Amino acid sequence: MRNAYFILAALAVAAVTFAVARSIDNAYVFFAGYVVLQYIVLATAWNILGGFCGYVNFGIAAFFALGAYTTVVLHKTMPFLPLPAMMLAGGVVSGLIGLGMGYLTLRLRGTFFSIATLAMAVVAQTMITNWNFVGGSRGAYIIRPADSPIFSGDYIQYLFVVMLALSVISVSLARAIQFSRLGFGFSAIRDDEGAAEASGVPTLKLKLIATALSGGLMGMAGAPLPYYVTYLDPASGFSLSYAVNTIAMPLIGGTATWLGPLIGAILLGTLQQVATVTISSALSLLLVGVLLVTFVIAAPKGIVGWFKK
Amino acid sequence: MSNPLLTVAGLGKRFGGFTALTDVNLIVAEGERLGLIGPNGSGKSTLVNCLCGTLRNDMGKVTFDGHALNGMSAHRRTRLGMARSFQLPRPFTTLTLAENIRVPILYAANVKTSGQAIDPRQRCEALLDMVGLLPKADLKPADLTQIEMRKLELARAMASDPRLLIADEAMAGLSHQEVDEILELLIKLNGQGVTIIMIEHIMRAVLAFSQRLVVLVAGRKIADGVPQDIIRQPDVVAAYLGS
Ligand SMILES: Nc1ncnc2c1ncn2[C@@H]1O[C@H](COP(=O)(O)OP(=O)(O)OP(=O)(O)O)[C@@H](O)[C@H]1O
Ligand SMILES: [Mg+2]
Repeated sequence: MRNAYFILAALAVAAVTFAVARSIDNAYVFFAGYVVLQYIVLATAWNILGGFCGYVNFGIAAFFALGAYTTVVLHKTMPFLPLPAMMLAGGVVSGLIGLGMGYLTLRLRGTFFSIATLAMAVVAQTMITNWNFVGGSRGAYIIRPADSPIFSGDYIQYLFVVMLALSVISVSLARAIQFSRLGFGFSAIRDDEGAAEASGVPTLKLKLIATALSGGLMGMAGAPLPYYVTYLDPASGFSLSYAVNTIAMPLIGGTATWLGPLIGAILLGTLQQVATVTISSALSLLLVGVLLVTFVIAAPKGIVGWFKK
Repeated sequence: MSNPLLTVAGLGKRFGGFTALTDVNLIVAEGERLGLIGPNGSGKSTLVNCLCGTLRNDMGKVTFDGHALNGMSAHRRTRLGMARSFQLPRPFTTLTLAENIRVPILYAANVKTSGQAIDPRQRCEALLDMVGLLPKADLKPADLTQIEMRKLELARAMASDPRLLIADEAMAGLSHQEVDEILELLIKLNGQGVTIIMIEHIMRAVLAFSQRLVVLVAGRKIADGVPQDIIRQPDVVAAYLGS
């Protein structure tokens, strides 16, 4: 029941957000808002494995880009598919990759696991770069439809709404997990895997659930990207800045709860968008770096950690 | 006594070139109170780790309640009804005491096929009360003393609702009175049908508790029998006092 109320409230917030964005009546609001929403999904997804289970995944770009490239493939082969269906497909692809990666690497702990995920991202990028069907290193052009298919407005508004819906789903899911049996199991794994096993927690199974969910959501977040950028090449799809931002946001907001990544993504995502417009995009990455260092030193439990106690 | 609950046959364990356990044979009957003693480094904790699946034994077989355990993961052994406390307490540090106890309730006690699901909250309170930690239910393990940490360790082991409890030095560092409290607790649990293996250096406690005593020295079992006889055996005395 608590979950049902939360989802209703989240939907209400989402509706208000959309109404406010519409009332501003400037396409840029949707372009910028889309990026912030995308980071809400990415940060929340990353935190399911990184924050809840304590496994730091550096391979975010791979999951994200594979979702985006799934859309490129579907756009070329089945252009009639609606975007949500493509997102589902991207989610399945990245979820399966997450499952496979988990199976191969979850016996590693700490830094070794993180390095393995980074290596996986490099492998994935190399494969996409050498796959001509999706444009190889030259990249792929995708024509963005002019209008939203479900309401009157242009397509960027539609992308905004779709990402808003995915944010609601991701945040609600993360919150539901946090208070569930699964969430207790994840926390136990994060704190002490041996003690978790001794308490009856099937650690391998739970970690696989976490990698699949986390990877799947990242893939879904990446799926609309080709329509947003209209030109996708491996260098931009696999850009390091996705990984840096996605890890920085939960760390700044706080990794222990569903709320931390949300706060971090809204705060940092918005700041970055403003900085990109007003000054430069190089500055926005620098901003992340400075904030990250500040938080790691001054407030290791993030913003949420401040308010508890 | 009745049927064997745990059977260990020819168990061996190596760490690289070092042999920690050699050909350990042991039978524990249902309902028994067994004391396991031995000098530091004799392999007691290693034996516990092999029994509970934290480590894999290189040789031999372990059978629990008719199930062959070789290759079985630790969490499945816990669900079958084996629980252990860690010699160095390993609490879940980001969870409150109540949540620490909740993990095995959710993942072991409530997963067992027999019996109906218990209410986690009530069970959790009962367990914390049992070890006197109920007033601290909402604190984190970092706020506890070492002694309270051991009690938490014991409560968490009990929370999985085990048939066999292995307490690895649950009493080290406790005061005379606290040792008595834990002893009383363990004997009470045993009265409720839980088979208990107690690993302990405090002789007073071992003798008060054990119906049978097993002695490990340098990874080998050198004695197994009635406590009063065992402690007079020359090789046991030699192992403890140095020959
Ligand atoms: N993971 C490990 N790797 C290498 N050697 C180990 C490992 N665990 C234990 N040992 C060694 O195995 C031997 C037995 O250790 P164990 O902890 O089982 O002894 P113990 O009887 O529990 O001692 P204590 O009474 O001090 O707790 C020791 O020499 C120890 O150094
Ligand atoms: Mg020991």
